Amino acid sequence: MDLHGFGPQLIAGTWMTLRLAFSAVSVGLALGLLGAVAKSSKHLALRLVGEGYTTIVRGVPELLVVLIVYFGSAKFLTGIAALFGSDEYFELDPFAAGTLALGLTFGAYATEVFRGALLTIPKGQTEAAQSLGLGRWHCFWRIVLPQLWRVALPGLGNLFMVLLKDTALISVVGLDELMRKAQIGVGFSKEPFTFYGCAALIYLALTVVTGGGLMALEHRANRGYRRARS
Amino acid sequence: MRFKTLLIAAAFATASLTGLAHAGEKVKIGTEGAYPPFNQVDDKGNITGFDIDIAKALCAEAKLDCTVVTQDWDGIIPALNAKKFDAIVASMSITDERKKAVDFTDPYYTNKLQYVAPKKSDFSPAKTKGKVLGAQRATISGTWLEEHVKDAEVKLYDTQENAYLDLAAGRLDAILADKFVNFEWLKSDAGKDFEFKGEPVFDNDKIAIAVRKGDDKLRTKLNAALKAIVANGTYKKINEQYFPFSIY
Amino acid sequence: MSFDFSVIFDNFPKLLLGAWLTVKLVVFSGVGGLILAFPLGIGRSSAKLWVRAFPWTYIFFFRGTPLMVQMFLVYYGLSQFEVIRHNEILWPILRDPYWCALITMSMHTAAYIAEILRGAIQAIPRGEIEAAISVGMSPGLILRRILIPRAVRIGLPAYSNEVILMLKGSALASTITLLELTGMARTIIAKTYMPVEIFLAAGFCYLVISFLMVRAFRFAEHRLNRHIRDAR
Repeated sequence: MDLHGFGPQLIAGTWMTLRLAFSAVSVGLALGLLGAVAKSSKHLALRLVGEGYTTIVRGVPELLVVLIVYFGSAKFLTGIAALFGSDEYFELDPFAAGTLALGLTFGAYATEVFRGALLTIPKGQTEAAQSLGLGRWHCFWRIVLPQLWRVALPGLGNLFMVLLKDTALISVVGLDELMRKAQIGVGFSKEPFTFYGCAALIYLALTVVTGGGLMALEHRANRGYRRARS
Repeated sequence: MRFKTLLIAAAFATASLTGLAHAGEKVKIGTEGAYPPFNQVDDKGNITGFDIDIAKALCAEAKLDCTVVTQDWDGIIPALNAKKFDAIVASMSITDERKKAVDFTDPYYTNKLQYVAPKKSDFSPAKTKGKVLGAQRATISGTWLEEHVKDAEVKLYDTQENAYLDLAAGRLDAILADKFVNFEWLKSDAGKDFEFKGEPVFDNDKIAIAVRKGDDKLRTKLNAALKAIVANGTYKKINEQYFPFSIY
Repeated sequence: MSFDFSVIFDNFPKLLLGAWLTVKLVVFSGVGGLILAFPLGIGRSSAKLWVRAFPWTYIFFFRGTPLMVQMFLVYYGLSQFEVIRHNEILWPILRDPYWCALITMSMHTAAYIAEILRGAIQAIPRGEIEAAISVGMSPGLILRRILIPRAVRIGLPAYSNEVILMLKGSALASTITLLELTGMARTIIAKTYMPVEIFLAAGFCYLVISFLMVRAFRFAEHRLNRHIRDAR
């Protein structure tokens, strides 16, 4: 496979893809937790906000979310700055826009995963924590979350694999990740099959490696638990 | 748990630090990077081309500290208005519609729109009925086709290069694009079985640099620099590097 | 922050045209994917290695790479080869971006539906199959009367999820010149320079379409399961 010297460029693109994925997943995990807490809350307003978030973001194509965040961020951020009396323009560069857009999408699906996982935590755990005098925050962070993590991990792992592939969409707003680097290579060499094929193989490799990593994480999270016999 | 928190915090910090940016003192130039020979990206990732050389010459003349960044064509005007860069040097034509969104400097070259099609086809500008024509989205070629050609199917592409790929593959009967960009492509391996068809359909297309509305300071600086490099021969030197004829 | 509604009203008919193409793409690729998924899913669950090798590789490839890369491979990548361009049967099909998008989306979703099918078949209670055998049904009859109807009912929720995912994947067809909803939106924005308003209008259209599709599937589930609905 003759890459016309573009090999290093593709590797740079792959690195950008990984940076974007990890950046987006941290935003997404935070949003997912917030959403799950909101949706399980006893306040109707919070539940509605959570419901609205997941329904809207899950019903609109990721590509459109990326485009709206990228083009809308300037208007939105500038408007907010104006509220504070600032005259400056603010905008999100493609990396930040991609992180936010992918994070929003991940968070919407992660909310459901966390919500389901929350239901598996016995109420007794929170009650015991409270009887020991642990405050609400400590109870959540130290008791519920570690147990939540174990149950939610398979679902979250799947979502991360999807996120990795969705990073290709950010090429549309000009980020130099793998897909865009491949397009540049095609423009130079006029050989679309070679470059897109190579990109496909790299994505496959990323999938395999991530899959392996997730299996190891699941193994570690489940240490000390006896598996149900099937 | 601590390590995870650190990781999350670090990711947040990286994302936010690279994200928000004020407009700075230096001048950032925005270009597309997919429009040879005017602006393209080579295999080392460097942005090169006629537009880039002109921009660098203008910046040197006006004593500005310029950097060049790429931007997808569809979003190039919104990006300018969002202050992602301060000027667009990307072979952008002056049109009334664009004038509503941006201000233009004096033109730095004149372009013509001309069809290219396979050598062995009998396509001509008069014979468009039932054909499939291609152009880049959001360019004057695209708009010209939509306004003047009602009896053919018009396909719009994200980049000029994708349109050429489809012409070479036989999906298009002809492409309407800038004469000089076509000229460059016809010289290449992929374009050797193609040729210009008919006379240019539009030959008074003025290409200029776009700046934000009301940014007269930058506009006058660039205009003065442009006059200077035309007068002192720098423009001619750059022109000759790319074309055997003058394109001013 | 000003929001211009007039540009949405002026261009809404065009957006609806794009929405219609989107619906066509989703419906046809949903059906196409389902048809492709049957041999894939059944082959995948086979005990013989030489039977499951190809389905496994197919599913691995189509689930492990982004849909965007797959579309570019089919549309731009295949056209690189002279032998395909000169083929009298393949080229008229692969020439057209609509068919390229349809083929890619069908192949993509087939990989996921095959896995859903596999899971659904494995979830059928063994007892039902044993009962069918004990009554003397032939394998073909068991497939037609027991396996497939049961698998369809078990797999329908997951299948409906997959169709919604295809609705969102259809937006990628705009990158290969198709004027479905997202492509139409981008074309309108190229002329009006008002991205936020048009994209939000397009997003609204997608929400309406996905709402209607979800409703349709709920209705189908309701009808298909009416024999056990009142069991509680």
